[in-house]
Order: sequence, then structure tokens, then C-alpha cells
Amino acid sequence: MRHLLGIEQLSRAEIEAILDRAESFAEVGRRDIKKVPTLRGRTVVTLFYESSTRTSSSFELAAKRLSADLVSVKAAGSSVDKGESLKDTVATLSAYDPAAIVIRHPYAGAAQLVAQWSEAAVVNAGDGKHEHPSQALLDLFTLRRRLDSLEGKRIWIVGDVLHSRVARSNLVAFGEMGAEVTVCGPPALIPRGIEELGCEVAHSLERLGEADVVYALRLQRERMAESFVPSLREYAARFQIDSRRLGPRQLLMHPGPVNRGVELSGEAIDSPQSLIAEQVAAGLVVRMAILYELLAAGGERPPAAGDSESRPTPIGQPA
Amino acid sequence: MRSGEGASVVLRGATVLDPVAGIEGAHDVVVRAGRIAELAVPGAAAADGAEEVEAEGLHALPAFFDPHVHLRVPGHEHKEDIETGTRAAAAGGYCGVIAMANTEPPVSTPADVEALREAAREGASVPVGFLATVTRGMEGEELTEMALLREAGALGFSDDGLPLRSARVLRRALQYQRLCGGTIALHEEDPDLSGDGVMHEGPVSAALGLAGIPSVSESTMIARDAALAGYEEGRIHVQHLSAAESVAAVRAAKATGVRISCEASPHHLCLTDDEVRSLDPARFKMNPPLRAEADRLALIEGLRDGTIDCVATDHAPHAAEEKEVPFEQAAMGVTGLETAFAALHTDLVLPGVLDLGLLVERMAGGAAPFGLERPSLAPGCEANVALCDLGAEWTVGEEGYESRSHNSWCAGRRLTGRVVMTLAAGQVAFRLRSFSLGVAS
Repeated sequence: MRHLLGIEQLSRAEIEAILDRAESFAEVGRRDIKKVPTLRGRTVVTLFYESSTRTSSSFELAAKRLSADLVSVKAAGSSVDKGESLKDTVATLSAYDPAAIVIRHPYAGAAQLVAQWSEAAVVNAGDGKHEHPSQALLDLFTLRRRLDSLEGKRIWIVGDVLHSRVARSNLVAFGEMGAEVTVCGPPALIPRGIEELGCEVAHSLERLGEADVVYALRLQRERMAESFVPSLREYAARFQIDSRRLGPRQLLMHPGPVNRGVELSGEAIDSPQSLIAEQVAAGLVVRMAILYELLAAGGERPPAAGDSESRPTPIGQPA
Repeated sequence: MRSGEGASVVLRGATVLDPVAGIEGAHDVVVRAGRIAELAVPGAAAADGAEEVEAEGLHALPAFFDPHVHLRVPGHEHKEDIETGTRAAAAGGYCGVIAMANTEPPVSTPADVEALREAAREGASVPVGFLATVTRGMEGEELTEMALLREAGALGFSDDGLPLRSARVLRRALQYQRLCGGTIALHEEDPDLSGDGVMHEGPVSAALGLAGIPSVSESTMIARDAALAGYEEGRIHVQHLSAAESVAAVRAAKATGVRISCEASPHHLCLTDDEVRSLDPARFKMNPPLRAEADRLALIEGLRDGTIDCVATDHAPHAAEEKEVPFEQAAMGVTGLETAFAALHTDLVLPGVLDLGLLVERMAGGAAPFGLERPSLAPGCEANVALCDLGAEWTVGEEGYESRSHNSWCAGRRLTGRVVMTLAAGQVAFRLRSFSLGVAS
């Protein structure tokens, strides 16, 4: 694996390799010293053109736990603010010879362009409404710990599918792992033709009971102004996941941040079926695994000298 | 275009094909002082001091006419100018083009038109017609001085690049057209429906998470404007049809006698939105967008049955930095003058989808909607000839481009069929560099 640009480019075996690796990092996370020297002497750049809390912080912490040198660039307050193009920004950052660039960008295909312009391994941390592969992987990791396999499981993705990169990546990822996916929401928020990605489409929660997993999406308040939904009240009445609609054996997920009382009721969020906190915890180990798979496994470059202790699995050539 | 004596050339033994004039067969095409003097038995024509071109195995076609190009003058000379744009046209076998008015500033005054016509006389390789905007500054509100613009030489009117949002404004323009003539060319798009869309709305936009432009954003406006043109008995030309619904709307309007013509571009006839999966805006982002296979097939059918009058490239040059950005941020448009015939020959004629004669007819069909004479190979006509090697294979972009910009939708493609020489308005406008010429006697 040279880059992580989208779930679409990953095979089931590659997905499973990342999840297995994340499992071994979860073990490291239970130790007193949670750091491994795998990426010592190598540089990871995070380049965020959109605000993000959990994705940026977990990638940054993942890089640090792997002992990489970290450069975090946020678009606000940087030369991007002064009108520098993405291409020029990447050229500038390439002067630091980064091993990996983690990019979040408001437009589709940005990570792919960075991969063309840079020697570094590129991780797509969300490009427009296109893909968010690390989110899909952490969701798979979270589910794998609860359900042995997704084969034949029914997963409902509910809400604003049209504006959601998480919906796109997850629908492909869940399908790749053998689940049957249904997307559900008001017609204006379900993209025309989405069923050709291999999912079913529903416009009501009537059959929600058949789902093993309910994956709710964030409904941004500005969608109302754009006439995608007439009101949050009407949306909640039809599509909110609450304790009445959520069965005791169904698992509930959400990529965060949640609009409490809109797509999810407070009690659903805090219910025992909710995996939302586990998703956040999974974010760190899965992102460590992603950086590891890109930079240390397969040995595109040998690990840094002195990298011989507390490695989760023995690979590479110790000095 | 540059003035000078008309050319005298004999194209020896060319395969001549001009279906409109009813000419088909091997002839010596004799051009004297810029006019087609004679179609002689191969080898029989006297050279008489004319340049002789060995054209056996080559096709002599009526040169093409493009009613829709962007020469970017004034204001965007870093993308294209009259010289580079018309060199690209000549290299593609064109003997004339019509330049759009969405420049900076837009072509809205008689002085703008006069300055452009003067610049074309100085530096163009093929004749250029200029449209003026329908509304002042393309703001969609007040009409330009249409009659004065016509007197200054505007061929017609268009706010291309933007739709005429207001039905009232189009209606007034159609009323005014009765005074001054000049076809009104329409970019049909309902901005309320296309919104911030960047590609065709369908399964591919759903998969990529890109905002879609639905087909109905085009077809509903065509239906509206055809009704207005019918009511006011005006003359409209619909630009760059992209959707099956649009072909149906034009076909219906023609059936009821509306004075309407329309065009389709090579990229819409050859490609579908599936190409956008590459997220390459340099080749695949334009407005209207590439649509579904059913739309492409409907356009081909429209070209066959005459609903679509002509091929128009919508040649839209952009600088590299306007395309080296994520898809959603990139400028709309692709270049097409240098590859139009070769691409359509490769993708539609060679596989047997479209007859060569029909393609030749539609490639020159863009002159008539603007009141210009159709290029013809009939003796007596001004010499407008595209000499083509239909077997020549070439890779687009390998030898660079005549256009200043490189955003060709065919970039890197292998095409079969190449223009080797173009005569435009009686003069040699283009010769392929590797094309060896016979020796004048």
C-alpha cells in the first residue's frame, strides 16, 4: 500500500491487515509507556484545510506514539490564507522530506493530487464529500470487536447521505466486508443513483428493526436554509434515532460530532448499544496502524536506526 | 485574417467528398486565386504555376466551421488569443470560427466589436466571426445596443458562459432581433437547478460525492426558450446540447416550426460522465458536463436525424494553474479545435456508428445558423478545404499544441485521421509539419 486515498482502492485483505495491525497497537495502548520507536527520525505532516477535532488530534497523536517528528499545518493562519495554491503548499512542505502527508481538504480528489505532486505516502483524512477512509476503517475496527464478522449483517446508514463523505466510504467498506447496506433519509438528502454503489435505499425508518447496526449521520443545521429539510423538527420526527426506534440488540454508531436531539436523541447516545465512545478510541489505534502500514510494513524504506524495542510485531532490520 | 493573394494549388488525385454538393470521387482539386476552379480527372489538370500537392490517398473535404469557440480576447490572453486560437482552428481543418463574447470585459459595445475585427484582420489564420453579448456586461438585465452592434459587424448575440435567466430579457431581445437580425445563441441552464454542481447528476456523482447538474437544468430552459422564440418568431441557436431530454426538446420545437438550430460538441458525443471518476478536471470538467451513455447515444441520434445541425467544439482554453486544482475548484472547459474531426472519426466513424459523409456535413453545419455560406467544394466557391489523411495515427499533445492552452480532452489519446493541410478563405492556413509537398513544376 503506497497511499491511503480511498476505501474503494483497498481489497478486503488490505483492510483486514490494517485492522489486525490496529489490534496489536491496542495492546501497546494498555502499557505504561505507549510509545514505539518505529518512525523515529521520520516526519509526518498533517495538512488540514478544514476544521477537525477528532481526526486531526488522533492522527497527530498516532504519529507521536510512533515517534515520528510531526508538522501540523492548519489552513487558517498559514500561507494558504494568503492565497497559496495546494500545489505550491505541497512543494513547500516537501522540502522537509516528509514520509507521510495526512490531508483534509474541502474538495474531492485533493489527496489524489497531493499524491501526484509529492514523494510522500499520502493519507486522505477527508476530501470534500468524497471519501474518509480512516473513519471507515475505525468503524470496521469498532464493529469487528462486537461482531465476529460483518458477513450478511444488515447495516442502515441514516441521515444526510448527500453531504457525507463518511457515508460514501462506509457504504463501500461495509459492502466489501460482506454486509448488506441500506441508506435511509429524506429523498433530497439521498444522492440520485446511489443504489448503483450496491446499497438499498429507504425513505422511512419503518423497517429499521431489520438492522443489526444503525449508523446515524450528522445533519448540519444549514441544510434547512438550503431547503433540503423543511425544519429540524420535521427531520427529527421522521428520522431521529431514539430509544423508541432503537431495539435492544441493535448497535448504534455515529462519526461525530453529534447534534444531540436532531439525528440522535440523548438517551440513544448514552444507551448501552451506543458505540460512539469506542469509535473515538478506535480512531487512535487505527490511525497508528495506517501510518505503520504505509511507512513501516512492506519496507518501502527501512525503519530508522535503533528501532528494536517495544515494537508490536517484529519486522524490519534493527540496527 | 491576413490579407493576400488567393492561393493557387492543385491537390493531385484527392478523394473528394462533399455530400451537400453531391461530390464524391477521385479528382484533381484545382484552386486558382483562392477559388475552386475545377475538379479534374486525376492527373489531368495542368499545374500552370500552381503548387502541386500529391494527394492520392488523402481526403479533400469541405473545411469545417466552428460556431462556438473562446478566443479569450480581450482580457485572458494568457489562455489564448486570436493568433493561437485560429492557428489551432486551422490545424483542425477549420476555415472559420465564431468567437464568444464572454471575455473581460465582455464584448458589449460597437467599439469592442470593431477592435476585435481589426485584431482578426491582423493576426488570424482563419476568418473569425464575433458575437456580442445579449445583455450589457453579461449581467442578464439590460439589452446591449443590438442594432449598433450589428452595424459594427457582430454576427449575432450570446451571453454564453451564463444562461439568460430572465424570460423577459430574452423576449425583449427576440423582439429587438426583428429590427437588426443576428441569431441569438443560448447557453441553456437553469442556475437554480444546476446550483453548485460540477458534473452530471447520476450514479457517478453519487459515488464521488460531487454536486450534480441534472439534465433537466438544460432541457427545461430549452423548452422555455423555444416557446418564447416561437411566440416572437425569433431565431435562436441552442449551444452545446448535452442531454437526451434536450435533444427531445429541440426536436419537438423544430416539429412545430420554431426557428431553432443547435449544436453538440465532440466531447459530449464521445465521452460519458464515467470519465470523471479519474477526477481529472483538465480533460473532463466542462459546462454542460459529460453525461450518461443514454445521453451520448441520443446526441448521436440527433446528429443523424438532423435535430442537431452541427458539431461545435466549445473550445475553452484554460491555463495550467486553473486546472491543477481539485476538481470542484477547477475552471470549466476543454480545448477541442485541433482534435474535433480526428476524435469523431476515431470514435464514431471508424466503429461504424456514424457515416463519414454525415460527419463531414455536420462539421461544416455551423455556418448556416449564423447566416454564413456553408463551405463547399463545388467549382466557383471560395477555396475552403480540409485535406485529411484518414489512416494517419497520432498521439494528441505529443508534438505540443497550436493552442496556448493544453487542457485538451483528448490529451494523450491515440487518434486515427489527421488534417494535413487546410485552405481557409482561399489561402493556405495550415500545413502539417511532417507533410511533404510535391515540387511545383
